[in-house]
Amino acid sequence: MRRNLILGGFLSCLVVLAALVSFIWTPYDVAAMDIPAKLRPPSASHWFGTDHFGRDMFSMIMVGARTSIAVALVAVGIGMALGIPLGLMAAARKDSWLDELIMRGNDLVFAFPSLVIAILITAILGPGAINAIIAIGIFNIPVFARITRGAALSLWEREFIMAARVAGKSQTRISFEHILPNVLNLLIVQGTIQFSLGILAEAGLSYVGLGAQPPVPSWGRMLADAQTMVSLAPHMALIPGLAIVLTVLGLNLLGDGLRDLLDPRLRVRRS
Amino acid sequence: MSLLDIQNLSLQIGGLPILKDVSFSVAPGEIVAVTGESGSGKSMTALGVIGLLPDRAETQGKILLEGQDLLARNEAQMCSLRGREIGMVFQEPMTALNPVKTIGDQVMETILIHKAMPKDQARARAREMLDRVGLPEDRFPLSRFPHELSGGQRQRVVIAMAIALRPKLLIADEPTTALDVTTQAQILDLLQSLVADFGMGLLMITHDLAVVSDMADRIVVMRHGELVEQGPTRELFRNMTHPYTKMLFEASGHQVTLPEPPAPEPLLQVKGAVRDYRLPRKHLFRDPGYHRAVKGVSFTLNRGERLGLVGESGCGKSTLTRALLGLEPLQGGEILLDGKPVWSGHKPDPDVRRRMQVVFQDPFGSFNPRHRVDRLVTEPFHLLDTPPTGATRDRAIAEALEAVGLKATDAKKYIHEFSGGQRQRIAIARALIIRPELILFDEAVSALDVSVRAQILDLLVELCAAYQLSYLFISHDLSVVRTVTDRVLVMQSGEIVEEGETEQVFTSPRHPYTQTLIAAAPTLPALG
Amino acid sequence: MLRYSLKRLISLILSLAVASLVIFFVIEIAPGDPASFMLGINAQPDTIEALRSELGLDVPKIERYLDWVGGMLHGDFGTSYTYRTPVTKMVTDRLWVSLPLALYALALSTLIAFPAGIYAAARRGKPGDMAVMGATQLGVAIPNFWFAMMLVLIFAINLRWFGAGGFAGWNKGFWTGIHSLTLPAIALALPQAAILARVMRSALLDILGEDFMRTARAKGLSRRQALWRHALRNAMIPVLTIIGLQFSFLLAGAIIIEQVFYLPGLGRLVFQAITARDLIVVESVVMLLVFAVITVNFLVDLAYAAVDPRLRQRT
Repeated sequence: MRRNLILGGFLSCLVVLAALVSFIWTPYDVAAMDIPAKLRPPSASHWFGTDHFGRDMFSMIMVGARTSIAVALVAVGIGMALGIPLGLMAAARKDSWLDELIMRGNDLVFAFPSLVIAILITAILGPGAINAIIAIGIFNIPVFARITRGAALSLWEREFIMAARVAGKSQTRISFEHILPNVLNLLIVQGTIQFSLGILAEAGLSYVGLGAQPPVPSWGRMLADAQTMVSLAPHMALIPGLAIVLTVLGLNLLGDGLRDLLDPRLRVRRS
Repeated sequence: MSLLDIQNLSLQIGGLPILKDVSFSVAPGEIVAVTGESGSGKSMTALGVIGLLPDRAETQGKILLEGQDLLARNEAQMCSLRGREIGMVFQEPMTALNPVKTIGDQVMETILIHKAMPKDQARARAREMLDRVGLPEDRFPLSRFPHELSGGQRQRVVIAMAIALRPKLLIADEPTTALDVTTQAQILDLLQSLVADFGMGLLMITHDLAVVSDMADRIVVMRHGELVEQGPTRELFRNMTHPYTKMLFEASGHQVTLPEPPAPEPLLQVKGAVRDYRLPRKHLFRDPGYHRAVKGVSFTLNRGERLGLVGESGCGKSTLTRALLGLEPLQGGEILLDGKPVWSGHKPDPDVRRRMQVVFQDPFGSFNPRHRVDRLVTEPFHLLDTPPTGATRDRAIAEALEAVGLKATDAKKYIHEFSGGQRQRIAIARALIIRPELILFDEAVSALDVSVRAQILDLLVELCAAYQLSYLFISHDLSVVRTVTDRVLVMQSGEIVEEGETEQVFTSPRHPYTQTLIAAAPTLPALG
Repeated sequence: MLRYSLKRLISLILSLAVASLVIFFVIEIAPGDPASFMLGINAQPDTIEALRSELGLDVPKIERYLDWVGGMLHGDFGTSYTYRTPVTKMVTDRLWVSLPLALYALALSTLIAFPAGIYAAARRGKPGDMAVMGATQLGVAIPNFWFAMMLVLIFAINLRWFGAGGFAGWNKGFWTGIHSLTLPAIALALPQAAILARVMRSALLDILGEDFMRTARAKGLSRRQALWRHALRNAMIPVLTIIGLQFSFLLAGAIIIEQVFYLPGLGRLVFQAITARDLIVVESVVMLLVFAVITVNFLVDLAYAAVDPRLRQRT
């Protein structure tokens, strides 16, 4: 199962590398239009071909990776920063009104699919990448809260937590000293999954015009542009789509690989 | 001819030898007990007979059932044999039944899967079997679900399933280990009477010599996958030849001699302690009500005294333990340590807490797997206003570890590097490190093998002599409580029903519940 | 059982009430007055005022909220600001596309995922399992709208088996309608089927490790019999949870897929409404989607109780 980790790590690194390199170098200027050279299929001069304005698709994919990663990463960050403490608090005060409030709040957010949140936010603030981040981020909060609470609850029953309580440690201190380190693996794995879901969601939102706005390049927008051209220049739809698929696949494989690597049950078996 | 004849059975899993050259037999109507400590391969032997070994297992030798070699049979043939010729009962009744099917369906399934009879007859047979195992129709209709039954009742259902087709051989793998003593005695009686009625052979797997001493016809002792000694029960107990058998016997009934306690002077006083739990809300607008787990318990533990607390599961002893430790508040009465209340105002008093420590049951669950031993044993230092640091801290760690028979260098190891018995020593070191005045042992030796348990009990006595410990020893195991306590409390459904000098209570119990408990507890025969 | 259902029902109503509050007041803080937006920059203040009172915007917020909720209870979602037609009519017309699409996709997803998941679990670690798991790994990574574009490219443009978009309407017959929803439903269903198959497999594998599975084998059931008779029903509990969650993804996903196929569904309605600042339409569509999600969760809760007898007693 090491294969998952290696392949996933490789694909994920590739995308991150492309995004980082795009800050200092891209083969062409992403904004530079070259109408005569429009809709060219992939060739030596334009590795991924050109779009309907003659822009270099390879450069656009590189810069688009930046948008995808930034949106998904910040959205995971929002989800973790708010969801994990909420989950820890709910577990520490199991069955209290606080727990009830947090969990009912979670249920409420779950009733709003991230696209619906995005629609609401766009209705108020107008479309944009920031709004996509907020929409995906809000959706991530209950995901992390729930998974943290679930894992933490079973830990609170364990005797080493009882021992820490007998040692007079406060719930907050136990949560951070004993609970969090023991659920961290799980959260890292969930983090990669939410990261890949975030990339999918960002692409979807940008595709329907609720995410990144021109001139910010984004894979979802590239696909929206490709829609009317799909019979003329299939590569315009194929390439951004494959970029998304490979990125998400890479992250999912990485998550699976990490889970196998970090799962204490598997580790015990090996030792 | 014997019913089951195991000949030179060897077993490896992934190349690792589990069983080595095991041979023994079971005759019809005979009860054969296979006993040994964890890792002896006793359960694997049972799974080998019924053909449910893990996929990667490789076997050599023969398992003959009425002369037919089971190891030579294919899976389909084994399927038609299981449930019809061989039945099996497992250790954990709480999880052994499918939660989404009725008990009637599950008992009938044994019959229907073998197409032994049409459905209405099968239903009648299932009913008959449930009646036979002590689950009468008026209280236990076929339509009951497993979650509506207690552990002992569920084990009866599992037994009914196993015997529904009157198999020739019944295998019982630790069938009573998860049950309370009184329930255990009933289940053992049931198994014995079924063997007598049906003339089945019973292969019983158990770690507890006492359980089988007055029920098994023959005993097989195993260690590390090898058969150490076997023979008719009485003979075996009379002339044990192998040192391991002797050790096992000695350890099972291990007796220690406690130093004399000092003159009585109250240390822990519990006065009318009441502990309520809120029940889950049944009606949205109605008060959900309470379950009173501890109903006005009072007792005193003197300084230097070793007090026992016995009772069956659900009697409230764990709840009481948590209240004593100040983990949960009382709803009535008070708990005083040296005259000071454990719970003052809305939170436990740290000043009282630091004078009390606890050792839990599970040597695997009581440590954070991510911390080293030094950090684990010094956790109670958190209770001190000025925890020791540097060399003082190191000295305290070394002293505590050495006091429990470990080495000072063990401080830098992780917990997974230790065996169960060593972990329990570390748990005791953690309790000792702040020199508490009172230690609570909450089922502290219940999860250990008998030989390890004997060592921990010896350690306790040494510590009593060295530190003049006062402790409350909470356990369901009467024989252990009998030897390591001066006085004992017997708890039943939230109340203390009997209290007295340990020997006195055990030799002449006054309360009927205590009498039942002591009568039900299995005992080893006296050697002679 | 009755008490359990009742409790779930109360929780459903409470969720709906809170959700409606959130939606209404979130939209209400939106900058930009619909009336002035509709009349353009050069409109006279008194004309705006007149339109405001015509649209009912001059009434206090609480009162408008109560009106809105009260109207919805009668099936009256108000009047569209831009089209001046009843929102209910607009929404129900579109719902006849979006809801069948989501249900069609859900059916497809379940039909694909169940056999795949059971097959993989029964052959754990064998080539068949590896193949299914590899396929689902890929399926999870594919964005459904891109998959939709690829389907259009292959089956509509190249092979011409289906139209490239648009909706024929149900009045031309049930099968014609189904035909034009087939590609969108496949595009929606396959990625969800991949997730569901993985959940099915891992739920089954968890159950296969339970004690009662060993008990079943000790009775003489073969592996396959034990899987079908004992594991499947227990594995339905996590699977149902995911099916419930997926319905909301499918409904939301349908909004995006409608864009690919130019389907006249709720998605296109809501995007038009956002651009036109027709807030009452946005509110209504969002409320409808949330209502669907919450109702499906309620149904899933009831399904749990049907599967698991332990829940029927607990309240």
